[in-house]
Amino acid sequence: MSEIARENRRLLGRLIVGSLVMFGFGFLLVPFYEKICEVTGINRIVQPDRVANTQVDAARLITVEFDANSHDGAWDFRPLQGALRVHPGELATVVYEVANTRREPMTGQAVPSYGPPQAAQYFRKMECFCFAQQTLEAGERRTMPVAFVVDPDLPADVKTITLSYTFFEVEGRRARAPGVESGHGS
Amino acid sequence: MAAVIPDQSHDHPHGPSGLMRWITTTNHKDIGTMYLIFSFIMFLAGGVMALAIRAELFQPGLQVVAPEFFNQLTSLHGLVMVFGAIMPAFVGFANWQIPLMIGASDMAFARMNNWSFWLLPPAAILLIGSFFVPGGATGAGWTLYPPLSIQMGMGMDMAIFAIHIMGVSSIMGAINIVVTILNMRAPGMTMMKLPLFCWTWLITAYLLIAVMPVLAGAVTMLLTDRHFGTSFFNAAGGGDPVLYQHVFWFFGHPEVYILILPAFGIISQIIPTFARKPLFGYASMVYATASIAVLSFIVWAHHMFTTGMPVTGQLFFMYATMLIAVPTGVKVFNWVATMWRGSMSFESPMLWATGFIFVFTMGGFTGLICAIAPIDIQIHDTYYVVAHFHYVMVAGSLFALFGGAYYWLPKWTGRMPDERIGKLHFWCSMVSFNITFFPLHFLGLAGMPRRVPDYALQFADFNAIATVGAFGFGLSQLIFLWVIVKAARGEGQPAAARAWENADGLEWTVPSPAPHHTFEEAPVVR
Repeated sequence: MSEIARENRRLLGRLIVGSLVMFGFGFLLVPFYEKICEVTGINRIVQPDRVANTQVDAARLITVEFDANSHDGAWDFRPLQGALRVHPGELATVVYEVANTRREPMTGQAVPSYGPPQAAQYFRKMECFCFAQQTLEAGERRTMPVAFVVDPDLPADVKTITLSYTFFEVEGRRARAPGVESGHGS
Repeated sequence: MAAVIPDQSHDHPHGPSGLMRWITTTNHKDIGTMYLIFSFIMFLAGGVMALAIRAELFQPGLQVVAPEFFNQLTSLHGLVMVFGAIMPAFVGFANWQIPLMIGASDMAFARMNNWSFWLLPPAAILLIGSFFVPGGATGAGWTLYPPLSIQMGMGMDMAIFAIHIMGVSSIMGAINIVVTILNMRAPGMTMMKLPLFCWTWLITAYLLIAVMPVLAGAVTMLLTDRHFGTSFFNAAGGGDPVLYQHVFWFFGHPEVYILILPAFGIISQIIPTFARKPLFGYASMVYATASIAVLSFIVWAHHMFTTGMPVTGQLFFMYATMLIAVPTGVKVFNWVATMWRGSMSFESPMLWATGFIFVFTMGGFTGLICAIAPIDIQIHDTYYVVAHFHYVMVAGSLFALFGGAYYWLPKWTGRMPDERIGKLHFWCSMVSFNITFFPLHFLGLAGMPRRVPDYALQFADFNAIATVGAFGFGLSQLIFLWVIVKAARGEGQPAAARAWENADGLEWTVPSPAPHHTFEEAPVVR
C-alpha cells in the first residue's frame, strides 16, 4: 500500500469517528435541553411553584381563560368555568372535571400550555392535578382543582392568559383486565 | 496557472459493458454523470409536485387535490428537492470536477464512491413509493415536526428510512471529498491555490459530516417514539415536541449552507472566466466561506422565534443571524468587484452567474428581514418565508447549478452548449421565476399562511399570477433538457480543451470531452 493510500485510510478512520461522535451528540442534545430548561426554569410547568411576593396588584385585572382537550378521545374533560378575572398576586382557584369514558380503568396525565407562551413563566400553580398521574376507574368522574397566582411581574401588555390542558393517556400504564376489549376507538 | 501536463492518451472504460458498467463503475466521471442524471430526474419529480400544489392554489376553494394529499405534496416536494435534487447535483459536480481541478486521477475511495451513489435510488423509491401505501406519504412537512410526525401512517416510516439512507450516502460522499481534497492534490497545488469550488466543497463536506448524523439521530428518535414506546418528543410520556425543533434545526441551519456554499464555489469559478480577470479577494472568499460555516452552528433557533423562547434567546439568535450577512456581503462584494472594469461577455454560464447574484441577493435581504425577531413573529409560516427560501434555494442553488452545467458541459460532452437555446432557457427561467415567487412576498405580508390548500378571497389575484409563473418555470426546464441532450448526442460546435477563452484551472488542460482516465500521472502546478 502506497504512502498516500495509508494516509487516506487514516483520515477516513478519523472522519468516520467524527460522524459517529456527531450521531451521539444528537442524542446528547436531549439531556442537554432538559438541563437548560431546568436551570432556566423555562419548562417548569408540571411542578408546584412557590410564590415569594404576595403583594396583590389591585390596579390590574388579568383575564385567565381555561381550555381543556383530550388527546385520544378517551376522556371527557372540561373546566367548570370558562374564564376568571384576577388581580396579579391574588390566589385564585378553578375546578376541572375529568371522566373516563372507557369500559376499563385508565391512567392519564394533563399537560398544561399557555398562550401567549411567555406568560408561562409568570403563571404560578400552587396546586394542580397536572402534577401527578390520575388513575380513573371505568366511567369514573372526578373534579380536580388548580390553585394559581399570576406573578405581578407579568409584562404590562399581557391582558389575557389562556391556560390550556391536554389530557394524555399515559403510555403502557393502562390497567388491563382479562377479557375486556381495549376499546381504542380513535 | 502554469502546469506541466503529461500526455493524456488512455481513453477507454474497461471492465463490464452495458448496464453493468454503470452499476459497477468506480470512475469518478461515470459516477458524477449518474449523480447529475439522478438529481435531474428527482428535480422533475419534485417539480411535478410543485405544479400540482400551484394548480390547487390557482383559485380559492378546493379543486384539484384533496387537502391531505396537498399536505403530502408540500412535504415530499421539500424532501425530494433538498435531498434528492440539489444535494446529489452538487455531489455530481464534485465528483466530476474536484479530481480534474486538483489534478488527481480519481476520488480517494473509488468503490465507496460507487456505493454512495447506488444508495440514492433505493432512498428515492422509498420516498416516492410512500405515496402509494395506505395513508399516503408523510404530510408533516419536510421538517417532520412532532406531534404530527408521530401520528402519521407508514408513509412516515418510509420517509424516515429514506432519510437514513440518504444521510449515509451523503456522509460517505462528504468523507470522500474531504480525503480527496486534503490528500490527493497534485504537487504544487497548495491549499491557497485550490480553486474556490474545491474550497467551498471542502467546507461543505465538513458541515455534512457534522450535521447529517444529527438529523439521523433526530429521525431515529421519531422512529422509536412511533414504534418502541420512547417519549423523546411525545408529550403523553413527558417528552417535548419543541426539543425536536431544536435538534432538527441544529441540523437544518447548517444544511441550508450545505445547499448554498458549493453554489458560491461555482459562481466564483464562472465570473473570473467571463470577466477575464482573476477573482477579486481570493483569500477573503475562503475566510468568508469558513466563517459562514462556523456561524451556521449558532443560529438555528431563528427558525423557532414563535415557540415561546425567552427574549434573551431571541436577541442572541437574531444578532447571530444578522452577523452572517457580513461574510455573505463580502462574497457578493468580491463577485461584483471581479466584474468591475473586466472585459465581460455574457455567454450562458455568465448569464446564470449574473442572474444568480441579482436574485440571490434579494433572497439574502429577505432573509435578513426574517431574522429580525419581532418581524419574524408576524411573518412566521406565511408565504413571505416561502418566497424567501425559494429565492435562495431556486435562484441561489439551482441557478448556480445551471450556470455550472453550462460552464462545464463542454468538458463533459465535448460540445459547446447551444448559445441560442441556452439564452432562451435563462430568460424564460429568470422571468417566470420572478413571476412565480415575487408575488408570494406580498401574500405573506398580507398574512396568507403556508401549507394550506385553500385561502381567503383577497389572495386570489397574486396566487393566480404565481401559478401561471410556476407553469412557465416548469416548462422552461425542458429547454435545459434540450440543450443537454443536444450536446450529449454530439451535436453542436466541438469544444477545445480550453473551452472558454479565459478559463483558468487544471480541468481546462485535459481534452474535451475529458478522457475516461485523466491525470494518471499527476501534473505539476507551479
